[in-house]
Amino acid sequence: MTRLNTHEDFQRFYIRTRIAAAGAALLFLVLFGRFVWLQIIQYDRYHALAESNRIALVPALPSRGAIYDRNGAVLAHNFSANTLEITPAKTNGLEQTLDRLSAIVQIDLADRKRFKRLLAESKNFESIPIRNKLTEEEVARFAVNRYRFPGVELRARLFRQYPFGDSFAHVVGYIGRVNDKDIEALQESGQDANYRGTDHMGKLGIEKTYERWLHGQTGVEKVEVDSSGKAVRQLSRTPPMAGNNIHLNLDAKLQQVAETSFGELRGALVALDPRNGGVLALVSKPGFDPNLFVDGIDPASWRDLNDNPDRPLVNRALRGVYPPGSTIKPFMALAALELGVRKASDTISDPGYYSLPGSSHRYRDWKQGGHGMVDLKKSIVISCDTYYYQLAHQMGIQRMHDFLDHFGFGRRTEIDLDGEMAGVLPSPAWKKKRFKQIWWPGETIIAGIGQGYNLTTPMQLAVATMAIANDGVVFKPQLIRAWSDPATGRVHYAAPQVIDRIKLNPESLRVVKEAMVAVTQPGGTASAAAAGAPYLIAGKTGTAQVVGIKQSEKYDASRVSQRNRDHALFIAFAPADDPKIVIAVMVENGGHGGTTAAPIAREVMDYWLLGKLPNQPVSVPEPGTEEEQEDSSPADESTLPSVNALREEELRNER
Amino acid sequence: MNVKYWSRRLINHLDLPLLSLLGFLLLISTLLVFSASGGSSAKLMSHFANMAVAVAAMLIMSQVPPQRLMQFALPIYVVGILLLLGVAVAGDVVNGARRWLNLGVTRIQPSELMRLGAPMMLAWYLHSRQDMLGARDFIVAALLLLIPIGFIVKQPDLGTSLLIAASGFYVIFLGGLSWWVIAAGVAGVAAFLPIAWNYLLHDYQRQRVLTMIDPSVDPLGTGYHIIQSSIAVGSGGFSGKGWMHGTQAHLDFLPESSTDFIFAVFSEEFGLLGNMFLLLLYSAIVWRGLQLAMNAPSLFGRLLSASIVLTFFTYAFVNMGMVSGILPVVGVPLPLVSYGGTSMVTVLVGFGIVMSVASHKKLVKT
Repeated sequence: MTRLNTHEDFQRFYIRTRIAAAGAALLFLVLFGRFVWLQIIQYDRYHALAESNRIALVPALPSRGAIYDRNGAVLAHNFSANTLEITPAKTNGLEQTLDRLSAIVQIDLADRKRFKRLLAESKNFESIPIRNKLTEEEVARFAVNRYRFPGVELRARLFRQYPFGDSFAHVVGYIGRVNDKDIEALQESGQDANYRGTDHMGKLGIEKTYERWLHGQTGVEKVEVDSSGKAVRQLSRTPPMAGNNIHLNLDAKLQQVAETSFGELRGALVALDPRNGGVLALVSKPGFDPNLFVDGIDPASWRDLNDNPDRPLVNRALRGVYPPGSTIKPFMALAALELGVRKASDTISDPGYYSLPGSSHRYRDWKQGGHGMVDLKKSIVISCDTYYYQLAHQMGIQRMHDFLDHFGFGRRTEIDLDGEMAGVLPSPAWKKKRFKQIWWPGETIIAGIGQGYNLTTPMQLAVATMAIANDGVVFKPQLIRAWSDPATGRVHYAAPQVIDRIKLNPESLRVVKEAMVAVTQPGGTASAAAAGAPYLIAGKTGTAQVVGIKQSEKYDASRVSQRNRDHALFIAFAPADDPKIVIAVMVENGGHGGTTAAPIAREVMDYWLLGKLPNQPVSVPEPGTEEEQEDSSPADESTLPSVNALREEELRNER
Repeated sequence: MNVKYWSRRLINHLDLPLLSLLGFLLLISTLLVFSASGGSSAKLMSHFANMAVAVAAMLIMSQVPPQRLMQFALPIYVVGILLLLGVAVAGDVVNGARRWLNLGVTRIQPSELMRLGAPMMLAWYLHSRQDMLGARDFIVAALLLLIPIGFIVKQPDLGTSLLIAASGFYVIFLGGLSWWVIAAGVAGVAAFLPIAWNYLLHDYQRQRVLTMIDPSVDPLGTGYHIIQSSIAVGSGGFSGKGWMHGTQAHLDFLPESSTDFIFAVFSEEFGLLGNMFLLLLYSAIVWRGLQLAMNAPSLFGRLLSASIVLTFFTYAFVNMGMVSGILPVVGVPLPLVSYGGTSMVTVLVGFGIVMSVASHKKLVKT
């Protein structure tokens, strides 16, 4: 019994062991099948996945090109500094990290607020700067405490800096962090690959216009990375190509002279070289510090700029549209001569007003009682309104529009900056399109003195003035003078571009230019401003009723009367017989053109043509240099503190 | 009683074919631990130490006669249960699981003891009832098995409890459990699964199963391990990337690359060829082990040996299945390959028992 049992037991055990072994073999076969699936059939896929795990393409960033004025003064450049960045996803508690961090590195409220704003705009695993430009002491302190701050990194980065601060903000513009909209635009233009790893790009001004050249070509580094993304070794590398440097036609000193001449006034000044259209100065006052924008402006500063009733963010030279007022008169006179509506010697009698035939409505001259007998020259010299009321009526709005159109009124000048306004050169067709209304004869009359629907930018006025100075040749206003490749040192000059050659009778031009010269002579409206100039100035004053740029500021009783004052305008070129500079000045609420705008133009011309500095010292932060300025001779390079010295001073302040 | 006598006695109780197969596996293990640790000699040294302890334990166990072992089956089991009870009452919680018991001097994991203790107890019980085995005995055996499993599931330690369940089941199955009961049991388990899923499993355990079915659900969480280990295995291709050249392992994409996921390192570096070789090596060990079990003179020896060998197979299968993504991630090392002393000692003690059972024939008493 027992033996039998044992034998049966053994038999059963034997069979069952075999069954188990067979089961095991079967399961191993399943495993084998799985291995074949993964390692043979799906090999390509997993191989690719392993490679993409292992290999990372790290963009090698090009350094951004610098921006210089015509003499090599640095308007925008890069410098290397340490920045502290936080990757929120890697920290253990963001608030806690910030609090502890502020114990070893100075983090003020503005830093925190800016960080919060950037945080809201970015993804959790991006690293966001909390403090820029750390001092060496702070760097050392952080390095010692680094282990306490997971997710916080110290990075050496290139910073953009604008050494002149406010002065060139409206021209050079600024760079800012690349945002989602920028990325979309880059993708559309197929440039997104070149912007991998780039976190700043041009947002305004030259920085934006010439973004493509300034940015450079991003290189690629192929590296093997571990699971935490840390590079283990380099596999290959395509070096980046630095961006081109941009050299502008601007003269930094001239720009500063112009700025200083404005003092506390608001307004704009455009100075062109009539021989090639180069923009010598482009001022819009007040300005703002573009350095604030580079790493994201803090909300308080932004509010200050944006809510400021003086609207410092608006580039008045390009975006401020004002009635040209009396500055339209030389062009109207030219039209009268060219179209044969008037001869230069034709004279009218000015009773102090003009009425349309069969109407009792009086269009008043600025001078009560009138100017008496007025011919064409006198009409410009004393700025007679009645003359032009009558002329406009005789000429008619359509002919007026067609003639002035040649000078670029109502059209963008195509300067190499974004955001330019076109202004308005009114015509019946324009009015019909804009207001769906017919043109009234009375509207022609006021258009004749540059009021009514007429709107121009200071830049347009400068370009139109250039047309007279150049006997009809109009160059495109150009900020860029040249660009250079920092690697090869090769410089390419931007060719001047003629956009129009207006056919004008030399005799008509002579008459109008003579009249414009007489404007700055005794008896003319700008004689005071031009007194004592050793060169001849051709100019025209203007006064524009306030329509101006949109002003959405809150009601402020103390400012209202000031802000309702007329805008003062002045256009000029000099020397009158061989023009080297063309200027348009607009002073917001400045009153009369001859008394506020013309003196500014004079100081700019004096500096450009004679090297003479204005009486009041140019606003340069170094007190020692002021005395030297007065001692040194005009046109001497050392009359202004050297631009390099200025730059160093600014840099010292920054750090 | 000289050295010669002792060494002969030692060798007499060893099985050279099995010993050399195990040695081969330990050689592979050494290569892999070295590679997975990025060439760390410190880790290699401690691996050698682990192996030395484990091999010594195996040699000692091979000298212990099965009769002596049988005497210890019940006490070990009882002590094991008491310790598990202690864990449940006063165990230390590590990583959310209550598995360790602090004895003041040292910390132990009583569930490890049950890996051998449970099959030993069952084999002893069936052995002692072998002349009158009936349905009641199998019920008792099943209960004896369920008690420790219940404790371990509650710790929670799903991997260990499943494997102890397997080792116990092998004893019962080989002991002659009726096919009808097995069929009913399979049906019962099938019916029980939904209940277990909903009420007994912890969230993280459910998550592991779901992630196994579709790792992409959670690519950065639990799915990450499966995805990365599948990539390691798949990218190994036919012949592998070469020893020390696995990118997944060496660039830290593999989690636990020297312990639970060491097979991924092996697959990546030695490819399908290596995997075939490893499967054959495991099969040979299992085959030789079952041969020895079938030759064992006592029922206790047969059941215990076969259970140890089949459990060894189960470990290997579950680990490789988990690494290659056909089984959920349970914390099971690849036996005798993964770095880690406890598992290695447990497995080699098991094989020591197998050798002892096979070699102590003269003292058979039936």
